Amino acid sequence: MAAVEIDSLSHAFGQGDMLRTVLQNISLRIDSGEVVLLTGPSGCGKTTLLTLIGALRTVQQGRVNVLGERLDGAGRRRRQQVRRRIGMIFQGHNLLRCLTAEQNVQMGADLLPGLGYRARRDEARHWLRSVGLEDQMGKLPHDLSGGQKQRVAIARALAAHPQLLLADEPTAALDGATGREVVELLRRLAREQDCAVLIVTHDPRILDVADRILRMEDGSLLPPVE
Amino acid sequence: MRNLWQGRKIPLSWLLLSRQPVRLLVALAGISFAGILMFMQLGFRDGLFDASVTVHRLFDADLVLISPRSASSIRMAGFPRRRLVQTLADPDVEGVSPVHWGLMLWRNPETRLNRAILALGFNPDDPFFLDPGLSQKTEVLKQKGRILFDQLSRPEFGPIADWYREGRTVETEIAGNRIRVEGLVSLGTSFGADGNLLTSTETFLDLSPQKPRGSIEVGLIRLRPGSDPQQVVERLQLRLPDDVKVLTKQGFIEFEKNYWKSGTSIGFIFTLGAAMGFVVGCVIVYQVLYTDVSDHLPEYATLMAMGHRLSHLLGVVVREGFYLAVMGYVPAYLAGQGLYWFVRDATSLPVGMNATRALTVGGMILVMCMLSALLAMRRLVDADPAEIF
Repeated sequence: MAAVEIDSLSHAFGQGDMLRTVLQNISLRIDSGEVVLLTGPSGCGKTTLLTLIGALRTVQQGRVNVLGERLDGAGRRRRQQVRRRIGMIFQGHNLLRCLTAEQNVQMGADLLPGLGYRARRDEARHWLRSVGLEDQMGKLPHDLSGGQKQRVAIARALAAHPQLLLADEPTAALDGATGREVVELLRRLAREQDCAVLIVTHDPRILDVADRILRMEDGSLLPPVE
Repeated sequence: MRNLWQGRKIPLSWLLLSRQPVRLLVALAGISFAGILMFMQLGFRDGLFDASVTVHRLFDADLVLISPRSASSIRMAGFPRRRLVQTLADPDVEGVSPVHWGLMLWRNPETRLNRAILALGFNPDDPFFLDPGLSQKTEVLKQKGRILFDQLSRPEFGPIADWYREGRTVETEIAGNRIRVEGLVSLGTSFGADGNLLTSTETFLDLSPQKPRGSIEVGLIRLRPGSDPQQVVERLQLRLPDDVKVLTKQGFIEFEKNYWKSGTSIGFIFTLGAAMGFVVGCVIVYQVLYTDVSDHLPEYATLMAMGHRLSHLLGVVVREGFYLAVMGYVPAYLAGQGLYWFVRDATSLPVGMNATRALTVGGMILVMCMLSALLAMRRLVDADPAEIF
């Protein structure tokens, strides 16, 4: 089954004279378990595409199918429910400042239906161990390094057992070695879960982790270079 | 219960508040301040109203007759004394006591300045006070020109109590008549009267010759045990002509309080003060919650992007408001108790905590916090999860 299936998707911001098309006639497909990288110059529409796949925006034109749910024409509530099945990792780590690493991850695990508090907490601890932060569970984001924060964010995204993981520039705030490490980790854990991954990046150092690379320019996908 | 425990989530609202202790303390100080302000204003208001009926409370009576033309304790009109006697025809009426009630000009024996004092005239053989100690003292009033002076009266009436205790013969003038203080009693001042004196019917009428003989201002009625005062009130009101009004003792107290509540701006001023406290509290809580939501907007948006429901996040803000209300109320209540004690000590006003006021202020604080939470939520609805990428 395809995790993401997009057919002739177009998107524009603004109205009237100010109308600016950011995505033009995009079609793509991501299979489950696949790790796909999306690159391109800044302003080419990568992030808009990501937010559309992430069910964070309403689809204007074209068909978008994510995890078997049609997103074109989906209302607020429906999109919120699709989002529960999608893990998201943001450019800034976007951790909750008032929660410890463990509690932050549990905010992800809390989305799992029908699990008791203890089970969700164990889930959170399991994912923190998986990202190698078993010693930092009680720390606030404030006391963690950039790489550690991003790893907490990964654990949080995975704790909800997503079938699709979207990451927007996950290495932007990290130095080369740490960024590399984080993306490797992301790929390994996603593979174990059979979770499709779409990473938006223009960090050339991590291009080789992908199964496939999509290139965008001016709102359109470039034909794949074999 | 177990399910509830299992279903619990991270106490996000509590953590949002408690991980910023300084802001939390400022918020709580603000809420408590608003609460204290409300406690003070409402306490003063009720205290002043209670103070207006210090004398009314002393009467041993079930029902009270007054003239419909009476407006308050400072403007009591007379009605025919036989109306009181007529009530004896009712099987439930056990006894009656006529009372003369009026303000008189008392000359301060030291400074020779005149000041209005509340005088009560009654039959010394038939004292009607709840306090038996008070009733025993009335024997001396049988001699004409003798009065009992209220030692709780304001000092402007002269050092009567001191002189009396020193054993001096204390004499002064009321409306040109010489009177002698023959004892001290403790009644208490009120809005209408800065001081009180008790005397016999004869002396009272000598001191105010303009009053018609057959007329009294207050008629006290004692009922047989077991009778229903409300029923008797209705019966008597039907039987008696329109020139009297029949009240229960509580009704008599309310009649006086109502005059000060509605006939003067005292109630309005203190209620306005309490309202100010409410508004100040609202502004503070709103400010705190609004900044809190604004500061954490990217985090809320992140939670929404993760798939948390908007209603869940709105619930977080509501709970923050609730916690603030509860945590702000406790110190406000304790400080209120302390201040009431202090005010009682300093002014002898009957100001105290009662359940109604404790609940009213508690309710006001809760409404204040919930209202602010609702307003702050509008900011949360603006959080667009698509913006955080």
